[in-house]
Formats: sequence, C-alpha cells, structure tokens
Amino acid sequence: MDFLAPTSWAEALETKAAHPDALPVAGGTDVMVELNFDHRRPAALLDLNRVPELQEWSRADDGRIRLGAGVTYSRVIAELGGTLPGLAMAARTVGSPQIRNRGTVGGNLGAASPAGDSHPALLAAFAEVEIASVRGTRVVPVADFFTGVKRSVLEPDELIAAVRITPPAGPQQFCKIGTRNAMVIAVSAFGFALHPDRREVGTGIGSAAPTPRPAPEAAAFLAGELEAAGLWDSRSPLPEGLATEFGRRVRDAAAPIDDVRGSAAYRLHALSVMARRAATWAWDAYRTDDGNDGNDGNDHRSAAA
Amino acid sequence: MRIELTVNGTRREADDVWEGESLLYALRERLGLPGSKNACEQGECGSCTVYLDGTPVCSCLVAAGQAQGREVTTVEGLREGDELDPVQQAFVEKGAVQCGFCTPGFLMSTKDLLQRNPNPSDPEIREALAGNLCRCTGYEKILDAVRAAAAVTQR
Ligand SMILES: Cc1cc2nc3c(=O)[nH]c(=O)nc-3n(C[C@H](O)[C@H](O)[C@H](O)COP(=O)(O)OP(=O)(O)OC[C@H]3O[C@@H](n4cnc5c(N)ncnc54)[C@H](O)[C@@H]3O)c2cc1C
Ligand code: FES
Ligand code: FES
Repeated sequence: MDFLAPTSWAEALETKAAHPDALPVAGGTDVMVELNFDHRRPAALLDLNRVPELQEWSRADDGRIRLGAGVTYSRVIAELGGTLPGLAMAARTVGSPQIRNRGTVGGNLGAASPAGDSHPALLAAFAEVEIASVRGTRVVPVADFFTGVKRSVLEPDELIAAVRITPPAGPQQFCKIGTRNAMVIAVSAFGFALHPDRREVGTGIGSAAPTPRPAPEAAAFLAGELEAAGLWDSRSPLPEGLATEFGRRVRDAAAPIDDVRGSAAYRLHALSVMARRAATWAWDAYRTDDGNDGNDGNDHRSAAA
Repeated sequence: MRIELTVNGTRREADDVWEGESLLYALRERLGLPGSKNACEQGECGSCTVYLDGTPVCSCLVAAGQAQGREVTTVEGLREGDELDPVQQAFVEKGAVQCGFCTPGFLMSTKDLLQRNPNPSDPEIREALAGNLCRCTGYEKILDAVRAAAAVTQR
C-alpha cells in the first residue's frame, strides 16, 4: 500500500489522476473502520488532511457559502451554526465529539451512505457539490450526486472540492430517529427548509431509500398550498391537516427496507411524523421571525428547535 | 514507511509503519505508549482518545501517516512530573475506575471539556463524554469525578 500525502489542491488532483485507485482519506471515520476490519485494502491511501484549500470555507459576494470538503462537523457547528442552521443541526447529531472533530461533510458525501446525516440537510437547502479533477471542475446538485447505495457520480480521477450552499432565507429543520441520542446511525432522518424568497420548500429524506433523496412532489404540494392561500405573505397559521398531508406525501416518496436498525413500516411512519413536525416547527419560526432567519451573520446562534 | 511526530512534547520516530495502520497501533506497538486502549477500533468506545494538535480524536480512526509532523498528546502526557493531573486525581478519589480500560479515554475527554468549559452543567458533561463508553461503573462515579475535577480546577 502507498501513502500519498499531497500538500496542495493542485497536487491532490494530479495525484488522484495518476493513482485513480487511491482511496481518499479525510477524517478517516469511515475509511479507517474499513481498514481496521480488513473490509478494504486499497492500493493506496490519499491523505487529504494536508491540503489547505479543503479545510477552508468562504462567503461569496452573493452570500453563498463555499464549504471546503475537509471542514469538520465541529467547525460547521462552531463557525456556521447560525449561517447554515439545517446543516449544523444535522452535524450536532453525528456520532460523538471525537467523531465530529474529525468527520467531514466531504467524507459524508464521499461515503454516500443512504444514512449520511448531512445529506437530508444539504438536499433541503438545494446545495451543490463542486467536483474537480485535472480535467476541470463540475457542479452537481446534491439531489443528482447519489447514484445508489454508497455510490455517487464521482469518477475515479475526481475529488470533492466543496459544497456550495445558499444561506437560507427561511427556517430550516433537521429530524433524526435513532435508538438513543449519541452515536447513532439514523433509522430515518428528514431535512426541511422553507425558502420564502423562491416560494419553495426543500426536503431531504435519509435512511429510507437506496440513496438520500428529496421528496419533490410533497415539496411542490406544500409550496403550492402556501402560495394558493397567500400564506407566504400573511404568515397565518397552517390550515388544519396541511402538515399532516405533507407528511403523508413525504412518506410516499420513500422506499425503505427492513434492516437491523428498523423495519420499513416503522421508517415510513417515522418519516411522516418527522415531516409533519419539521414543517410545523419551521412554519412557526417563519411566523414569528423577520423572514431573514439564519442570514444575519451571527454564526454562533443556536439552531436547536 | 517512517513517521515522525511529537508525542507528549517529545519528538518521536517510528519505522516500518504500515501505510494503513492506525495512530493507535503506532502509539501502542511502535512507540511503547500502551495508555491509549484498543477496545473497538471503530470509533464507538473512545478508549483510544488522544489529542491531535490539541483536539480530542479517536486514534484508532487516524491513519498513522496522517499524524506525520503533528502533535499528539496521550494519557501518558497528562501528569506533570510525579503529580497526577487534577482530573486523574479526581477519578482515583471518586472511585471512577473499575477495570480501568475506559479510563484513559474518559480522562482525555474530561480534561478537554474542563479546558473549554471549567464549570460544565450535567447535560454538558454528558454531551462531552458521549463518545466514551464504560461497561463497569454505570457512569455515576465518573460523573462525580468530573464534577470534583471541575471544582478543583476552578479553585
Ligand atoms: C463511531 C462513528 C459514528 C458515526 N456517526 C455518524 C452519524 O451519526 N451520522 C453520519 O452521517 N455519519 C456517521 N459516521 C460516519 C462518518 O463519521 C461520516 O460519514 C463522516 O462524514 C465521514 O467523514 P470523514 O472525513 O471521516 O471521511 P473519510 O472516512 O475520510 O472518507 C469517507 C469516504 O469519502 C471519501 N472522501 C473523503 N473526502 C473526499 C474528497 N474530498 N473527495 C472525494 N472523496 C472523498 C473517502 O475516500 C471515503 O470513501 C460515524 C462514524 C463512526 C466511526
Ligand atoms: S478503540 Fe478507538 S474508539 Fe474504540
Ligand atoms: S471501568 Fe471498566 S470499562 Fe470503565
């Protein structure tokens, strides 16, 4: 086995092109488990810890956040908790302090597990994945990134450079069901975002289909009902039954299996409940805030519900 | 391959490191530092917790090569000379140790917590120790020890 440790982004891309079978390792919280248990013997490891460009996040002129693939969950929580509340809520539920200190959003995408906790939040926020190789850079919506269980659109010579996320114009929520609070892989999870600026609703389903996926029909339904009743402007209470119907439609977008963590039926039920609650909580927040939630530059505000 | 790193303030080298080997393995088997324990090798138990450039991590999930040139602190580095660290002393006094296998990890997590937050609430203690498992004590004595260490540290 080789240990390749590039020290710049350009060198990392050249190294990946020259060694397409090298396995990238960032926080190692997925990769090292596979190595320790002999589940994987890659020809080489490609250490990304020494690539400074990956450890940075920045804010573009239009306010968009570019989150380097190597930024850890702990830093998302500490530095972007107020700016990207949905992602920060998901990050708080990941593993344990030690795991959050190493684990990265880029690694979560790279692993492409249907249970990855950042995915529902990124889906609901309409985030994009910036993918690069020596051939160039392409930008893929998160919803198009996953192609199957632990599979993604990444080509062998490509690396994930960053995630691009527009800070929300409205409230976001993240819900996760597990057997206890800490150190839990989701039985199912749900990300939700109100986008009053675009009059849209963002959704993300975790652990209830072969890939993380949005619930576009449910989202369009809810956004349409809000529009038809003039609720985006009036900020009146949600009509009776609307959140419940939304939950039902989110459930219909899932395709879970029975496994050791939970049955398909339980996952479907949990999803409908989480979606109803997330929509209700987010709407309550929208009704009481100034419509500029999360976009106030205050990076330390708690986003807990 | 060879790796060079600083462990507990001392420059160390290890030879014949396998490229896929964990920092935990290198510390225990190549650098003679068996304080960090190997109980799960999958990040679940926290008994291998060390500081990597000051941040608590599971050393079983860090590739040894990733620690090249960096600073590692293990439980062996907690005490000053012959003096136990106040956190270690509190674990002894409160009976927070039974078999002791989890203890190094709890010490590292507790020390880190108290450095960041000298007066943690019980929920904050539980959250900070969520990545450390103990199968003996039932945790009550460990919580006692953390509270006691906080009281001493603050004085
Ligand atoms: C005890 C424990 C608890 C956990 N709990 C959770 C949890 O609650 N929720 C959750 O979602 N996950 C959890 N995980 C899984 C893991 O922590 C996450 O998936 C994490 O985001 C992985 O990030 P990493 O940087 O450690 O990835 P690594 O292990 O370094 O890499 C993961 C994958 O991504 C690839 N990769 C990494 N960076 C790049 C890049 N820039 N470009 C291309 N490919 C890349 C790697 O090759 C590998 O295939 C847990 C893991 C452990 C050990
Ligand atoms: S041995 Fe590393 S967390 Fe258990
Ligand atoms: S004292 Fe035995 S595992 Fe904690």
